[in-house]
Amino acid sequence: MAELPVSMKKILLQAADVAKFVGKTLSYFVKPPFEVKEILKQCFAVGYRSLFLIGFTSFIAGVVFTRQSRPSLASFGAESWLPSLVSQAVVRALGPLITALICAGKLGSNISAELGSMRVSEQIDAMEVSGVRPFSYLVSSRVIATTVMLPILVIYADLIALFGSYVTVNSINGSSLSLFINEALGSITYLDIFSSIIKAILFGYAIGVIGCYTGYYATGGTMGVGKAANSAVVTSMLSIFIIELIVLQFVTFLRQG
Amino acid sequence: MKTETIPTLPSVGESETVVKIRNLNKSFGERAVLKDLSIDLRQGENLVVIGKSGAGKSVLIKCLVRLIEPDSGEINVLGFDVPRLDVKQLRELRLQVGFSFQGSALYDSMTVRENLEFPLRRNLGITNQEELNQAVEESLADVGLSHTIEQYPTELSGGMKKRIGIARTLILKPKIMLYDEPTAGLDPITSGEINDLIVKFRDKYNTSSIIITHDISSARATGDRIVALLEGTIKMEGTFDEMKLTKDPELAQFFNY
Ligand SMILES: Nc1ncnc2c1ncn2[C@@H]1O[C@H](COP(=O)(O)OP(=O)(O)O)[C@@H](O)[C@H]1O
Ligand SMILES: [Mg+2]
Repeated sequence: MAELPVSMKKILLQAADVAKFVGKTLSYFVKPPFEVKEILKQCFAVGYRSLFLIGFTSFIAGVVFTRQSRPSLASFGAESWLPSLVSQAVVRALGPLITALICAGKLGSNISAELGSMRVSEQIDAMEVSGVRPFSYLVSSRVIATTVMLPILVIYADLIALFGSYVTVNSINGSSLSLFINEALGSITYLDIFSSIIKAILFGYAIGVIGCYTGYYATGGTMGVGKAANSAVVTSMLSIFIIELIVLQFVTFLRQG
Repeated sequence: MKTETIPTLPSVGESETVVKIRNLNKSFGERAVLKDLSIDLRQGENLVVIGKSGAGKSVLIKCLVRLIEPDSGEINVLGFDVPRLDVKQLRELRLQVGFSFQGSALYDSMTVRENLEFPLRRNLGITNQEELNQAVEESLADVGLSHTIEQYPTELSGGMKKRIGIARTLILKPKIMLYDEPTAGLDPITSGEINDLIVKFRDKYNTSSIIITHDISSARATGDRIVALLEGTIKMEGTFDEMKLTKDPELAQFFNY
């Protein structure tokens, strides 16, 4: 067999490494013992770190989207469709995307830097020699936390964005909250909600795994920690869009079928 | 609590060799770091390994507790055939071998108390708070830092962190201690304190230690026997005074301080 070029070999080895890491995190979802205390702590940290930022951006997104769509709907005389248009956009795309991007920036870098600095200062080695499995203590607790929390954060983002939209609609034509809710919810299907949750789970898992992988294998001192955090953000943002596309294909298929 | 007996090799009791390394090899990529290295550690002695930075000193002691997997060679620690241990045996081994990391590797997110409790809870499964308190207080008193118990590592000086790192390791009463550059980056007075601790613990707990250093005054203060790690293998061995008379130009550099 011909020798593979060195760079090619490196990429393949890295890919095998990543696959092993992903497999291991998946197996730890079902393999006891669970680090229950660590998992709860991480869930809390995930929510706490991102709640404000997600709320703030979702509210603005709701306001902006509503105001921007109103003129074109009005020109068709279809202004009353505004709540259902906004709610579909929020639930299907905006809510999950905003949440995931914020979390990629906020949590991805945080997880990666945290584990990276533990790696380069030998804290992970110290755990390993003191009889702890650092993988389940550090990695799987974080991956489980992001995977579980993202759907919750997405629902929260959806609600805030819709609230932002209601405030906008109300300030224009004074329509009541109950009417807005009726129209907004009326246009959302179970498939919308289901696919949004699935997407959120995949986003959360991707952010957790990428943050942990880059941090856990950080090398090269403090410089390496910075690099790890940076690549965590870039890689998870890219993968969010890829997941978005793949799920979109599935959902479109289901809608037609 | 565990009451299992620890398997010992017949050879250990007789010759009182607690660590036996034969023909150890380790490369990273193209770079051979350890080449056919052989070394013994005897019961109750302080063995100092000197060598310049990058010589492979840390790699050597990390191989002893499987933080690094060697490529080939025999490693026997307290009767454990290190390269061929299963998960359970590895745990038992690590329980008896304390590792003091170069950067002290204290867990940043935990107080000094929690740092010291960690190996007790995790390794020995102790949950009784009174028992934990007693062990933590004794261990801190040993290193003269009882007053730091509620502080976080970032609030401590380098020397204090080192001592607490050592206390965290000694809290499990290991039979063997591995010190990775215990005095690196410390002023002479603080270095002297650490040297005194190392000698004190050998006398108090009858531990056998490997002390990695490039600090020649620390080698003199702590070492019963000194070996030099040059070009990936053990080049010379003797007491401090014997080593000092060396004709080897590279080794002589260490002593011309
Ligand atoms: N995990 C690793 N991956 C690649 N190279 C390593 C690794 N650990 C150590 N090395 C290399 O091995 C050599 C010896 O390192 P080390 O044992 O840390 O030196 P020191 O004697 O200063 O403790 C260095 O050249 C280092 O770059
Ligand atoms: Mg070193």
